[in-house]
Amino acid sequence: MPRSILAVDDSTSMRQMLAFSLKGAGYEVEEAADGQQALNIAKTRSFDLVLSDVNMPVMDGIELIRQLRALPTYKYTPILMLTTEAGTEKKMEGKNAGATGWIVKPFNPDQLLNTVKRVLG
Amino acid sequence: MSIDLSQFKQSFLEESDEGLDVLESGLLALDSGTADDEVIHAVFRAAHSIKGGAGTFSLTEIASFTHVMETLLDEMRDGRRAISKEAINVLLNSVDVLRELLDAARDDVPPEMSRVNEIQAKLEAVLNAGNNQATEDKQEAETESEQQEPEADGWVIKFHPHEHMLRTGNDTVRMFKELAALGDLENRVNLSGLPEFEHMDPELSYLSWILHLKKNEQQGAIDKAVIEEIFEWVEDDCDLSIEPLTSEPDDTSTSEQNDSPQPAEIPVSETITAADNVIPITGESDAQTVPSKVPAAGVQQPAEAQQKSSTRKKKATETGSIRVGTDKIDTLINMVGELVITQSMLSQMGEDFSMDKIEDLREGLAQLERNTRELQESVMRIRMLPISSSFQRFPRLVHDLGQKMNKKIELKMFGEQTELDKTVMEKIGDPLVHLVRNSLDHGIEDPQTRLAAGKSETGTITLNAYHQGGFIIIEISDDGAGLPRDKLLNKAIEKGLVTEQDNLPDEKIYDLIFHPGFSTVDQISDISGRGVGMDVVRKNIKELGGNVDVRTEEGRGTTFTIRLPLTLAILDGQLVKVGNETYIIPLVSIIESLEIETDNINTIAGTTEVYKMRDKYIPLVRLYEVFDVQPGTHRLQDCLLVVVEGDGGKAGILVDDLLSQQQVVIKSLETNYKRIQGVSGATILGDGTVALILDMSGLLTLAKEIEPVQNYQNQTYANG
Repeated sequence: MPRSILAVDDSTSMRQMLAFSLKGAGYEVEEAADGQQALNIAKTRSFDLVLSDVNMPVMDGIELIRQLRALPTYKYTPILMLTTEAGTEKKMEGKNAGATGWIVKPFNPDQLLNTVKRVLG
Repeated sequence: MSIDLSQFKQSFLEESDEGLDVLESGLLALDSGTADDEVIHAVFRAAHSIKGGAGTFSLTEIASFTHVMETLLDEMRDGRRAISKEAINVLLNSVDVLRELLDAARDDVPPEMSRVNEIQAKLEAVLNAGNNQATEDKQEAETESEQQEPEADGWVIKFHPHEHMLRTGNDTVRMFKELAALGDLENRVNLSGLPEFEHMDPELSYLSWILHLKKNEQQGAIDKAVIEEIFEWVEDDCDLSIEPLTSEPDDTSTSEQNDSPQPAEIPVSETITAADNVIPITGESDAQTVPSKVPAAGVQQPAEAQQKSSTRKKKATETGSIRVGTDKIDTLINMVGELVITQSMLSQMGEDFSMDKIEDLREGLAQLERNTRELQESVMRIRMLPISSSFQRFPRLVHDLGQKMNKKIELKMFGEQTELDKTVMEKIGDPLVHLVRNSLDHGIEDPQTRLAAGKSETGTITLNAYHQGGFIIIEISDDGAGLPRDKLLNKAIEKGLVTEQDNLPDEKIYDLIFHPGFSTVDQISDISGRGVGMDVVRKNIKELGGNVDVRTEEGRGTTFTIRLPLTLAILDGQLVKVGNETYIIPLVSIIESLEIETDNINTIAGTTEVYKMRDKYIPLVRLYEVFDVQPGTHRLQDCLLVVVEGDGGKAGILVDDLLSQQQVVIKSLETNYKRIQGVSGATILGDGTVALILDMSGLLTLAKEIEPVQNYQNQTYANG
């Protein structure tokens, strides 16, 4: 069974890039365009990892993480924020919401895969 | 591995275009003060996404330019900076620059940097006018990892996770595995923090560790930054110290443990060398398996779902490639389903048909017709887009031009969700812009004039779109000065377009503005009146099978009404018969059809035939002559006259007979054969024969060429 990843980003090109890179590395990927969509998908199944953008319409990444952590299935699931903010403020907000860690944008596919490998082993 | 990212560039550019539209309309809303909180967030998000994507796809100019925009918008979003007119204007300019940068990226050419730098400097100036703190924390991350300690034999890592660290999904096992991959890891766990079993909360972490990480032969020296990176995500959730390993074997670190009453330190003599060695002593993994019957005081704060209202209405303003809503597709599938049912019903009936079933057959066929029509309409709807994508450029246009001309203008838009065929939409863009500019320039007066006329200082331009029958109506109205009737008339007389004796009704006079080469502007401004006149507007609209009219009242305003077919693929046509041929005349161009009274036919200048219709003379076009076919009859009283309106005015078309009116699917002649004057396309009729669809303007020109050149208009007026 390949490990499954939920990739959440409102930007189509970012989602494409994430899905392409991760699938290429053998992961199973589902995509969502905002927090609400992601939450809806997350409620129907489990994932080994969630990658989520922070700034999104409808429901942002911070709120998504908060809501995911409230679900029994996602209590310990690694959730990484994809953030452009180098500053600590957003990271802290995400951490407080329950984020496992972050990947700072811009990142290239190699950096992405390295981090994902770190988390999923 | 390396992945080619260029394949995603196209999507990035497309979504950036959409982002720019959001930016622009958001900024304009902010400028006019009609914006709520969500607008500035959406604007920020748009800039933010463009920056993020640009960075990812290595479009460095775009990334660094948007970075400045984003910083400014971020401060506005947080309320750290007031939303000033000046800032909005610079940001609007930035949108333009960004658009140029994106275009350059699209064409793979280096961007024109001078304007980019100019606007970026302006942005920075605005940014620095306030506090310039925001830019500083961005550098922080980069400098952090740069400090390099001198090479050490190894490291002592004191790691004490806070109770709640596990709740973020961080796993000590994973981190230790990563450490173990760097060198030889020696691990001491401190169990002193463990509470009594019944007080233990399986979700909390009670342990702390002292880890000795020694460099070994294979991996070599260990960089402190690498260790820091492993703990990066938890550095605020734990007490952590990383010190170089001193030569003393057993160390000073115990002193720190002294604060615990019973130093229950259990030395674990396990040395982990490979990553797959799972450490069995990580206390919390045991703890996790404890059944969670233990009441957890102060743990249960299950992140109360403060539902951020997701009710934000999302305007569907996608452009570029067509995106079809799933509801449309679902409808389509539904229709096909019904069609299949009808078909099977009919074929079943056919198997043992007898005359007593004729009623059922009729009903079945009626249903088939209904299905077909609905299916056709649904398929057409796929090509339909809301006109908002065409309207959305106007707020900016009105904003900019209004500022330039010192006019105060409010733009109101209605019916933005009215749908229109994509091709029609693309072609109507320029005429619309022209009409709106026209209203801005000639329609709306300057504030002083308006006040003097007893109007409000702010002029209003209204764009409205709605469906009417198979047409879309677009109205562009202003509450400005209206068209000057006398001035128009004088100009027309001066230009020799009409004579004083013509006694034109008002509507005809106003219609003169669509005449080629007619412009009333005393002074040509750079806004409109650049020679591309209203005649071109009308011509473009006519080419789309539509029309444009003007209504005006002096001092009260002007309204242009554009009427366009919803689609170019289907047309309402009148089938007419000439000899053995069937032609189709677009219903829009037909004014009326009448029986011919031979007395009314006159010949002027020997060759040109005209028909007298209610005291007006219209040229007579014998279709069989134009297309050189054998007519069914030469007796005029057996023929019918279809009065049509084309570009050059009215004309009567002589046909043998009128057949039915029906919707026909337009097939291009050009792509299948070649362009023929007077014919706009062809269609296939119910019986399988091909019928040509007539293009009135082209036909009338053609008819004039066949006969000796005559100036109908003067003759007509002279006779009338």
